[in-house]
Amino acid sequence: MKPFSYVRATNQNTAIQGVADRQSAKFIAGGTNLIDLMKVEVAQPDRLVDITQLPLSEIEINSDGLRIGALARNSDLAYNPEVRSHYPLLSQAILAGASPQLRNMATVGGNLMQRTRCYYFMDIAAPCNKRDPGAGCAAIEGYNRIHAIFGASDKCIATHPSDMCVGLAALDAKVRVAGSNGDRIIPIADFHRLPGDIPERDTVLEQDELIVAIDLPNSPFAKNYHYLKVRDRASYAFALVSVAAALEIENGTIKAARIALGGVAHKPWRAFVAEDILVGAKPTEETFAAAATATIREAKPYRHNQFKVEMAKRAIVRALINATEKS
Amino acid sequence: MNKTIGKPINRVDGRLKVTGEAKYSGEIPLENIAYGVIITSTIARGRIKHINTSVAEKSPGVIGIITHLDAPKLYARPNFGHEGAAGEKLAPLQNSTIYYSGQAIGVAIADTLERATYAASLVKVDYVVETPLTEMGKERDRAYPIEKFVEFTVEFALGDADAEFAKAEVKIEATYTTPTEHHNPMEPHATAAVWEGENLTVYDSTQYIFGMREGLAKMLGIPHANVRVLCKFIGGSFGCKYGLWAHTPLAAIAARQFRRPVKIVLTREQMFGLVGHRSETEQQIKLGATPEGRLTALIHQGISQTSIFDEFVETFTTTSRTMYAVPNLRTAQSVVPLNKGTPTIMRAPGESVGTFALESAMDELAWALKLDPIELRLRNYAEVHPARQVPWSSKSLKECYALAAEKFGWSRRTPEPGSMRDDRYLIGMGMASACFPMEHFPASAIARIFADGSVVVQSGSQEIGTGTATVMAQLTADMLGVPVEKVRFEFGDTELARSPGTVGSGTAASVGTAVHGAAKAVRAKVVALAQKDPNSPLYGVPEPDIETSQERIFVKNNSAKGETYQAVLARHNLEYIDANFDAKPEEEEEFAKCSFGAHFVEVRVDPELGEVRLTRVVGAFAAGRILNEKTARSQISGATIMGIGMALHEETITDPHTGRIVNDNLAEYHLPVNADIPPIDIYFIDEVDTHVNPIGVKGAGEVGITGIIAAIANAIYHATGKRIRDLPITPDKLL
Repeated sequence: MKPFSYVRATNQNTAIQGVADRQSAKFIAGGTNLIDLMKVEVAQPDRLVDITQLPLSEIEINSDGLRIGALARNSDLAYNPEVRSHYPLLSQAILAGASPQLRNMATVGGNLMQRTRCYYFMDIAAPCNKRDPGAGCAAIEGYNRIHAIFGASDKCIATHPSDMCVGLAALDAKVRVAGSNGDRIIPIADFHRLPGDIPERDTVLEQDELIVAIDLPNSPFAKNYHYLKVRDRASYAFALVSVAAALEIENGTIKAARIALGGVAHKPWRAFVAEDILVGAKPTEETFAAAATATIREAKPYRHNQFKVEMAKRAIVRALINATEKS
Repeated sequence: MNKTIGKPINRVDGRLKVTGEAKYSGEIPLENIAYGVIITSTIARGRIKHINTSVAEKSPGVIGIITHLDAPKLYARPNFGHEGAAGEKLAPLQNSTIYYSGQAIGVAIADTLERATYAASLVKVDYVVETPLTEMGKERDRAYPIEKFVEFTVEFALGDADAEFAKAEVKIEATYTTPTEHHNPMEPHATAAVWEGENLTVYDSTQYIFGMREGLAKMLGIPHANVRVLCKFIGGSFGCKYGLWAHTPLAAIAARQFRRPVKIVLTREQMFGLVGHRSETEQQIKLGATPEGRLTALIHQGISQTSIFDEFVETFTTTSRTMYAVPNLRTAQSVVPLNKGTPTIMRAPGESVGTFALESAMDELAWALKLDPIELRLRNYAEVHPARQVPWSSKSLKECYALAAEKFGWSRRTPEPGSMRDDRYLIGMGMASACFPMEHFPASAIARIFADGSVVVQSGSQEIGTGTATVMAQLTADMLGVPVEKVRFEFGDTELARSPGTVGSGTAASVGTAVHGAAKAVRAKVVALAQKDPNSPLYGVPEPDIETSQERIFVKNNSAKGETYQAVLARHNLEYIDANFDAKPEEEEEFAKCSFGAHFVEVRVDPELGEVRLTRVVGAFAAGRILNEKTARSQISGATIMGIGMALHEETITDPHTGRIVNDNLAEYHLPVNADIPPIDIYFIDEVDTHVNPIGVKGAGEVGITGIIAAIANAIYHATGKRIRDLPITPDKLL
């Protein structure tokens, strides 16, 4: 691990100033991802600005929905009574990820900033455009079982590893950000990027911006929802494919639908095409299959991850069945 | 007083371990210690063109960097299995050649671990890169056949298996593949080297202190007598800590060069590459049978990986020469040298992956014959060892099948694949036989009774977590008639009596026989003193009439006539009395000796998503005398869990282009977690074996990992109708 300086920020402005002037400075909160990356030298910040003392850990219900402070711990969010009753999909998604120990440390903002588990990104001896722009991508011709089937580029085929973010994507979360040039609100769908030609950028967040909160709108999805995660072992494994499914069913017809997938793309993958098919239809297995089939039409697998296409299709159907059966 | 042998008594070191008081090799407090961090190659084949340590050397706290440019001479070790514990033949840092990715190419020494780690990262290496050989299947033309590996026969023929297979009425022919796996004990390898003049003391996490001493002495070119190896606790090993790998000599040369103790603890990433692995295998099985289900031919052959510079064989055909009565039998193995590290022993080396193939094939044959899998095995039950045609010292496999089947509820199974459902899930039940050969190595021990009545028994040995320290105390306590709490087993030091490596499930049998013999000998000495002493109540009483209990020696059926050990020693003004015993296994083996067992498994498969969950495992085992029901059970259930990992999760993945291991961490190398492990019920068959050794022990450390993989694969077939012959059985393979 490269030596670094460490400061503990006492307010939001000094925190932002602490990283604004240098690319190699980073915020640190739970540290569950950053410290690991520093140990394997993938991340080599020369300054860490500890933001854990900032008053950003509240989880509050309000008339517009829910505001989640960026420093709320994943466990606190998952077990929050308001979250469990109004946004149970989010709770389920969080609890599908990591381990209790990690969830107790990891913050919500940090979860948004999680970096890929791509083997080659994690190995500094391998070429990786995300870690070292222009170096090339070892995964495209290498072992790519855990890689993307949607939205990848010829520069990067990595996936975003978060479960929580898949739930947030389905629930139309908004990310509140503070920066040197003021505040802004970024819809979750726009927060994470596809790799394109600049895979080194996971998100649209600027160097001088700090996530302060996540807003969830009032949700009609507290009744028919399901987070399904298919993985290589029963716990503590990243998703091969995950699906956050949420339905609003009225008089036997789907009034609103949300489908987001994890483990398949550089960002939580909203299946808008599936949602369009579902809305106005009856919640039957045939409808679900049509929605799933339409979703995977644009999939582009690689040598070792072809199974993900069929797995994603089946997982969407199963998640929708489970969501329907919940009512 | 009640005997303790067989009872589920608690581990003597349990409290030390759970309270953190137990000091492992990396935790021994040593004054002025320096920290070493190994630098490893990032290429798998080629050579080092330039290695630049100048920046690293100037880094804060750095004491020095050693590379092949300035390393002292180290002597290469012989191949595995010869003269001490060789992990790999290669002596580190002797030239610029790179044979595998992750090979040690230097060591950075600093005053703190963090500074040594950082310094290691600052060493810049330029390589001449050659295309590495990384894929066993692609390089199969380079395979060469093996006749024998260490003392294990590999190439074998009985009758004419090929001709009989060709004309068999019922045939199974299938290929099974298993991936590279890494041991991943919780405690990584750790070593601390301390020189005093010409004498070297090494605190090393090793399964074989004497092998380490001899190997290290030869590598350094110094007399054995100058090296002392200590190992008091081990946080798991499973085979990777048997061999001598690069970190131990590197700590020794660094400590000598920088004139202070040096400690090296491997990182988790280094546990994948520097210290061996279980080779991948590709195994072909051919079974010929009559329509009644009598085997007429068995052929088991295939390939495994070795390194470019060593020969190591994953002896996967062993069980096929042991398990079934078949008149025509042929086994053959070849190895393919690749640019990977030298494989090494990993719990049931050979038998674990070999029984996956054999016991899967037997299941396939049972389906082909529409026979119950247990019935097929009973029809081919080997009443004598099939390859050697000698009787068994003991064999209770039929009893294992019967007991485990009954406890499991095998009779509730409906035979057709896919016939048992629970809502949308498919339920499957599978079984397989387990078998592991009994190993008996030479071992010595000393037992000592002190004037205060306390007892110490010593043998070099190692406690790798199996319960060795506990059962040795039990054996001594029972022989002397003293409570276990009065006995201390001292071990883990080459200054103590010579003992074997803790391998082959052979420690209870080997060290146990020595300890039993030493305790018996010291008891005889005390008895002899008493018999000859007119002041003793036992004066003139013949030995066979004497019994021990309650810390006393006394006349059988007349316990009042006797005295305490303390009284005997006091009267003779002895501080202590002791005796040693050298236990040697028989040279000529009249009997075949194996532990046996049967695994029964129930799985629940999600047929659409491919996820497999085990719902229960039931096993029955016959391993001779069980010295401690609790630690033996832990061995079997631990091995079963390891087998579950092999069946469903574990796989080391190497990038085919670079030869680098891509999943060298515990997030991506999937060991089973608690949520993957169902209730595991283990039963032992009482077995009295008077042929194996004086204590009747056959060993229980590894038999539990044999058969379990096939039992799971067979259950998955029963659930789904899909025969998966390629491990691990991950969801994608069941879609």
